[in-house]
Parts: sequence; structure tokens; C-alpha cells
Amino acid sequence: MKFLPDQVVARLQTEMQTPDLSGTRYRALKFLGRGGMGAVWLVEDAVLHRNVALKVLSAESSSADLAVRLMLEAIILARLEHPGIVPVHDAGTLPDGRSFYCMKYVEGQTLDQYIHRLGLRQRLQLIQRIAEPLAFAHSRGIIHRDLKPENIMVGAFGEVLIMDWGLAKVMAVSSVAAPARQVSGHGSTRAVQDSAQSGALAAENPTAHGTVFGTPGYMAPEQERGDVNLIDQRTDVFGLGSILQYIMRDKSGAPRGEALSRPLRAIGNKATAAEISARYSSVQELAADLGKYLDDMPVSAYRENLFERTVRLVNRNRVAVVLVLAYLLMRMLFILFSRK
Amino acid sequence: MNKIVLGLVLGGILGILDGLTAWFTPAARSGIVGIVIGSTFKGIIAGVLIGVFARKVNSLSLGIIFGLAVGAFLAWIIAFMQHGYYFQIMLPGAMVGLIVGYATQKYGAPSQPQRA
Repeated sequence: MKFLPDQVVARLQTEMQTPDLSGTRYRALKFLGRGGMGAVWLVEDAVLHRNVALKVLSAESSSADLAVRLMLEAIILARLEHPGIVPVHDAGTLPDGRSFYCMKYVEGQTLDQYIHRLGLRQRLQLIQRIAEPLAFAHSRGIIHRDLKPENIMVGAFGEVLIMDWGLAKVMAVSSVAAPARQVSGHGSTRAVQDSAQSGALAAENPTAHGTVFGTPGYMAPEQERGDVNLIDQRTDVFGLGSILQYIMRDKSGAPRGEALSRPLRAIGNKATAAEISARYSSVQELAADLGKYLDDMPVSAYRENLFERTVRLVNRNRVAVVLVLAYLLMRMLFILFSRK
Repeated sequence: MNKIVLGLVLGGILGILDGLTAWFTPAARSGIVGIVIGSTFKGIIAGVLIGVFARKVNSLSLGIIFGLAVGAFLAWIIAFMQHGYYFQIMLPGAMVGLIVGYATQKYGAPSQPQRA
């Protein structure tokens, strides 16, 4: 028996994964990456003559449930018209039967690639900007549930976009289905179902109780437990808090100098509290506390002592303090000289 | 606090303190009350002028320069009337003007836009 060479096998696998775009307005240009449900391709829209990203279900994981989830992701994205959320242009089924949706092609870097060039202040401001589209999504009853640095894109002009809404939960619609289990790997989401998932997925929201969605390290405790009913916007507060904890570390994983400041640590700890009720009630509240920290104002997450308050006030009013001290020094010198 | 009120209060307080320091100069101690009243009055006038300027011009650097100039000018008038002590009077006066100029621009609340 003769085995095919590895190169040939790899080539065949690539060919298998390449979506059949014949008869569509799209022409495949480049493979961009792989997610939990499928692959993302850079394609050319032949009608509008522009490059767009096409998310297509993987050939091997092309099940009806995943097709529903991919479509749900497209529907959710279509509902969320916000500059910080990647817009969807089209959705449907390809000639090879695989579901797809087409979205804006974002040229840029993921947060984990981009962050290293920034100082801590800019990093914190970035977290505040991530909170804006998230707050918008929450106001529409949608919870992202898979916030991690790899799912945040920073565009060529510094624009921040939240990607991969494949695990998003629609709060307005409740669902009851048989227990299932789905776990994500760190970096890319993978699905492992350890019990037969009920075919009866809720029409719009296929999340079943007992289902574990998310990425270890960024997943809130209620997600890890599969307490779907407990998931609300505070689950995303945990995710954003985990990203905050991530950006407070340097490349080696050690906390950065200023990140050791107690108020900042307290903000991170409050956002990632195991107890849901101990967290910020919304991402806006978390962003507001970060804003206060950046403005040298007291933060809600930390009760400072008299010494810390004095240091903060002096830091905040440095110029005024220097001017008053200079005035007092001048007065003392006058007094000393007038006595001689 | 609005910029004019802040200028008035700060100018007044710094004027009082400025005047009180004359107590440490034995030659001026006998006339301390007059000095404090004059210094407070000067501080209030400087504070109001600087506050009005801060309300019209939103610029930290221009506010500081204007405060410095007003403080120095008012102090010069006092020194001129005293026929001396120019340095001892003008330097603290200019400094008070500078502090009030900075504070009104930095901490004064901007005026509310009027509704039609």
C-alpha cells in the first residue's frame, strides 16, 4: 500500500477547505484564519470591487446546529450597527452547501499583537473604547461571552472592533434544551460536546442550560459552571476585566510597574470577581472607574486611606501645589532677609 | 465654582495672607491692619479681573500671563504709592496673580451656554 506524501495530503486538505464560490459574487483571495465554527477567507466582492471577509463553516464541522449558530451570529451582527462592531454585508449558503456570512475585512492587529507598543495609560483607554460597543450590544440584549484579546481588532487607524460573536447570547429570548457541553481552547475556540445535544435548539438562541461556552482564562465562573440562566452583561464585565488584567501584564506575564497600584488592581479584581453581584453592574461602570483612575480621581472599587488620598490630590494638582510652594518659599526668603 | 467667583475668593484669601506676612517685617508691623485691608482689596480686584478674563478666554497659558501682568501691575501701583519696596511688593503680587490666573483657568467652571 502506498501512502500519499504529506505535502499532497496538506494540499488536498486545503482544497477541501476552500469554499466553493462558483456562481457567487465572491472570489477567494486568501485564507485568513480558523475559528470555532469555521474558517475566514479574504475574498473579492466582484460586484462592488472590494475585499471582504467571508466566514464559512468548516467542511468537517458542517452540521445543522453549527449552521444555525453561524446564521445567528450573522443576525446578531446585523442587529448591532456600531462603529466598534464589524458590519455584516451578506449571508447565505454556498453551492457546496456550507453556510457563510460576509463581513467587512478589517486590516489591523488583534489586541494581543497591538498592545505591546502602548503605555499603560493608552492600554487603559483602549479598554474604555472596547466598553463602548459592548455597552451598545448589552443595550440590545446581546452578551458576547467570548471576550479575549484575540477577539479584539485594532484597525490601521486605531479603530477598535469587537470580533467573533459566534458565542453571543441573545438575552431577550430564553431557551430550554437538553444539557450539552462546549469548551473553548485558549486562543481559538473549539467545541467539545460531551453529551448529545438536543436537536431542538431555540429558534434564535441555541444556548442550552449546562452548556459551557467561552475561553478558559477569560471565562466567567458562571460560564464555566454552565449556569446559562445566570449569564448577563456582568459576564462580559468579567471578560473585559480579564482583558484588563491581561493588559496590566508585560510580555513576560509579570505585572507592569504602574499596574501594581492598588486602585487599578482593585478595579481589575472587582471586574473579575467570582461572585456576580460583587462585579461592576455594567461595562460602562467599569469604564467610568477606569476614567476616574486615569483622571486621578477616587475609584469606586477602592477605599483609599488619608495618605493615599493626599498623594493622589497632590499628583492631580501638581502645578498648583508647586506654585503655592514656590510662593511660600519666596515669602519665607523675604522674611529671613528682612530680619537680617 | 464659576471663574469670576473663584478669582474673587482666591484673590481675596491670597491677598489676606499676602498682607499678613507684613507682620514679619518689624518696620511694617504697626500698619498691619491697613496693609491687610489694602492687600485684600488688591487681591479681590486682581481676582475679579482675572476671573472675567478667564471667562472670556479659555487658555491656560494666556490666563497665567494675564494673571501675572495684572498682579504685577496692581502691586506696582501700591509700590509706587509707597515710594519704594518695588521688588518686595511686586514679586509676591505678581506671584499671587499667576496663581489666581492658573487656578481660574484650571478649576473654574466654564460659563453655561445660554439657551435660545
